[in-house]
Amino acid sequence: MILWREVGQQLRHAVPKTVAGDMCLAPSRRYLSHSTTSWKTGVANSNQWNSSTRRSLQSPWQGWKRTQRCFSATAQAAHGHITPPKPGEEINVTFIDKDETKINIQVAEGDNLLDIAQANDLEMEGACGGSCACSTCHVIVEDPDMFDKMEEPSDDENDMLDLAFGLTETSRLGCQVLMNKELDGLVVRLPSMTRNLQASDFEDKKK
Amino acid sequence: MRQHPAFVCAQCTRLTRSIRWNVSPFSLPSTKRLNSHATQTGRLFRVAIVGSGPAGFYAASHLLAKQQDAVVDMYEKLPVPFGLVRYGVAPDHPEVKNCEEKFTEVATSSRFNFVGNIALGHDLPLAALKPHYDAILFAYGAARDKGLGIPGEEPRRNVYSARAFVGWYNGLPDHRDLEPDLTSGEDAVIIGHGNVALDVARILLSDVDALRKTDISDYALAALAQSRIKRVRVVGRRGPLQASFTIKEVRELLQLPSVSFEPIPKELFPPEETISALPRAQKRLIQLLAKGSTNNPETSSKSWSLQFCLSPSSFEMTPDASQVARVQFDRNYIEPANPYSRSSKAIPEYTESGQPARTNLPASIVFRSVGYRSLPLPNIQDLGIEFDELRGVIPNDGVGRVTTLSGSVNPQNFSAGSPASHLPGLYCAGWVKTGPTGVIASTMADAFTTADAIYRSGLGGVKPEAERLGLRRTSWQDWQRIDEKERALGKETGRPRAKLGRVSAMLEALD
Repeated sequence: MILWREVGQQLRHAVPKTVAGDMCLAPSRRYLSHSTTSWKTGVANSNQWNSSTRRSLQSPWQGWKRTQRCFSATAQAAHGHITPPKPGEEINVTFIDKDETKINIQVAEGDNLLDIAQANDLEMEGACGGSCACSTCHVIVEDPDMFDKMEEPSDDENDMLDLAFGLTETSRLGCQVLMNKELDGLVVRLPSMTRNLQASDFEDKKK
Repeated sequence: MRQHPAFVCAQCTRLTRSIRWNVSPFSLPSTKRLNSHATQTGRLFRVAIVGSGPAGFYAASHLLAKQQDAVVDMYEKLPVPFGLVRYGVAPDHPEVKNCEEKFTEVATSSRFNFVGNIALGHDLPLAALKPHYDAILFAYGAARDKGLGIPGEEPRRNVYSARAFVGWYNGLPDHRDLEPDLTSGEDAVIIGHGNVALDVARILLSDVDALRKTDISDYALAALAQSRIKRVRVVGRRGPLQASFTIKEVRELLQLPSVSFEPIPKELFPPEETISALPRAQKRLIQLLAKGSTNNPETSSKSWSLQFCLSPSSFEMTPDASQVARVQFDRNYIEPANPYSRSSKAIPEYTESGQPARTNLPASIVFRSVGYRSLPLPNIQDLGIEFDELRGVIPNDGVGRVTTLSGSVNPQNFSAGSPASHLPGLYCAGWVKTGPTGVIASTMADAFTTADAIYRSGLGGVKPEAERLGLRRTSWQDWQRIDEKERALGKETGRPRAKLGRVSAMLEALD
């Protein structure tokens, strides 16, 4: 963290202020840069410090968000670009991550779930950059009725879903689900990308 | 032998100049800043990753994100990164290569250090690495392709490994001079039913002008423009239900313009009710194969087919014995007791006279594409690793920690629960861990799992004990939030801050 701050400060000194401001506004991806999107309406935070991924990923950045600093000078990738919703036209979507934390987000019509997740620092990968060529942005729609309201997945999407781990009847690729008013209140679950390590996996095996 | 002067620790080799490894053996330019970090938080967690393909990069990404004190050195044999994403993914699949963007982003971290053009085990002994790292992660993939094990397989003028061909058209320096013979005839035979086989078929059948827009190597483009190949037969040992290729690759081939597809004989498919009861992915693939292509063979300039239940037995040479003219195959049938499973076995078919039932396919060029295989790095045993020659993987416990050979987990003895005995500090991820199957999504999930294991193993010291006792520790970030709260409270009464007077109030500010 301290390292990061130093790097950040160096960059802030190195880059003219106006540019730094623009960069702060640029949509960013989750990992090394931070997101200034602020229409996340509620995050159920667990306050344990035994590092779930979310916590350890997010907590270091929270101070930065508040002080509106930006310390990424890398070219921003075009992912995670979403439009802030106009007042009165917000569409609600809820993500449930693998720790069962619910994240409600208000979004605008036309944004896809991958971009929304990445703009809000959720743990969703988009290995192919949202071009329907991998299955890393697999989401599971909680409500079958909501799933039926969506447009049918294309053959290409189904081809990729076939390779998704933990495929269900209501699986979709996040990059292919565009939000619209019909889908207000959508709830999707992010499947775990890793085998969950148990504490017992780490007991006394170092012989 | 390449020369890489002076970067090995003085303790390990005399070739070294006096370099102090302040941070990592491949010191970062920002050593000073990192040192100040190190003195404040204890010590850095130093990780060497061997290989810079998707497994290595996804593991690095996960580790750097999770563990703030981790510093990663990524070793790569070539001067350039990305492994099979750069040299394996087909040039007409640019969207699959988009993950390079993510990898590039990972590499911008000042805690990440790329060490290219160093072949570990060849140029630099592995044992020299060990003292400098808390963890070494092997993610160097599968460097070799499997052979067919049949007579006449040794290099012939027009018999190639599909891996070499893929490397050739993707610009891999190892295969720059392959010069495959695409002009001596019109028939190509590809042995193997995986996605690499279909990639090769697609490159052979695609319109060269479509490939011009890709990053395919220019010499390959020139050779493909001269290609006379018109018919491509992709041959597998078992049936459609046992094929390893995935539906996307089949669909692409079926949709190639002016390329026709020879329909698959109906008797190779299970009855309708069996198809509809198959798992979703298999069912959709079978339905697509049964549907075939709508392109008319009369008007198509090229064609392809999938041949099933054929095992190659020998190569038949041209009269001047300079090259292969035909491939001889033994016929198989699928075990009748269990014909519709992915793991069903092929059984050799015999004629009434007791001879193996045989068939020939004309071939002016042959590709073998029956899978990849990982190799042990030279002298990997110096680290105590007993490479599993049988399965072609580094023995591991399933989450990526390297184990002794007897302690490794494989699907067969997993339930037996043989006690794993770990080699501390050594990890593996990707194909060298799982064997060479799966797409980027599966490699990513696997690399994340291993990164979690490294992270968990790195959680030594006081923290787990404090955790066990249920202590609530505050971090520096927590203090910053308390600070902020105090300042906000102060502002209400026009003071610089209003200190929170009780510990409980301070902790409440964090909830």
